[in-house]
Amino acid sequence: MESLTSFLAMGGYGGFVWPAYALTVVVLAAVVVASIRAARAREAELEQLQKMRPGRARRREASAVPNPEKQAS
Amino acid sequence: MHRFANPARFMRIAALVHPWAVGVAILALGAGLWFGLIGSPADYQQGESVRIMYIHVPAAWMGLFCYVSMAVCSAMALIWKHPLADLLARATAPVGAAFTFICLVTGALWGKPMWGTWWVWDARLTSMLILLFLYLGYMALADAFDDPQRGQKAAAILALVGVVNVPIIKYSVDWWNTLHQPASVMKMGGPSIDKTMMVPLMLMAVGFHAFWLVVLILRTRAEIAAAKVRTLRMAQVHAAGQGEQA
Repeated sequence: MESLTSFLAMGGYGGFVWPAYALTVVVLAAVVVASIRAARAREAELEQLQKMRPGRARRREASAVPNPEKQAS
Repeated sequence: MHRFANPARFMRIAALVHPWAVGVAILALGAGLWFGLIGSPADYQQGESVRIMYIHVPAAWMGLFCYVSMAVCSAMALIWKHPLADLLARATAPVGAAFTFICLVTGALWGKPMWGTWWVWDARLTSMLILLFLYLGYMALADAFDDPQRGQKAAAILALVGVVNVPIIKYSVDWWNTLHQPASVMKMGGPSIDKTMMVPLMLMAVGFHAFWLVVLILRTRAEIAAAKVRTLRMAQVHAAGQGEQA
């Protein structure tokens, strides 16, 4: 327990050493989390758009159907 | 689809490299923390405060490393119009900014007990602060235009102009009088610090580079997906416009 206390005290520099390490951990963790979320969000958006594409093609085929009717009339 | 040929290859390589980069980052940073905080002795002059060095110095190296990579990618984007180079430069910028910020704050936390001040406006510290502003300016400029390609071009030019700051940072401790100590690792005649301190320093440096690679891959994936989304949306608008005309 005493060794832990002296470890945390860092020879009197604990107030400088620990904030330095804590800040590093917080900043790097924030960068990783933001990057993972950005990658997931963008890739999900892309996947959704690509799923919609066949639908669009079908609509285009559907819109091609009325044309013979027009020619007929 | 040939426009995506290069990004497709990047995605394949990235998928192979990514788990290894994650593993190296975790192992090197874990070992670096252990050696830095427990497995290395206190400095005979600076006492335990020297442990700040194990993040401050590698973070400073990363700040410069990321900037040079960003500038090289920007040059490739401007000269050869390489579609991936712009995305890589964009992906690197926030990592470099984060490491430069870490370097500045840990430097202040180290300077207070050792120099008696959080900050001085000397050449090394000021040029490092300018590096942070260059990163922030690059990121702001890249997103400042409706047309992403114009923003990217302007940001790439800023990145290249800002390269003059890199040698100024490196040699500032030799050219001007400063509180900041000169280099003790990357210098002529080999490093002048003890092996017990070199181990955590190098482990943290390796860990930070692996961290950069992990984030670079994630952010480039996001940029590639965003570019494809933009292309698809434009194709949709185009198709809708043609549909109305017909």
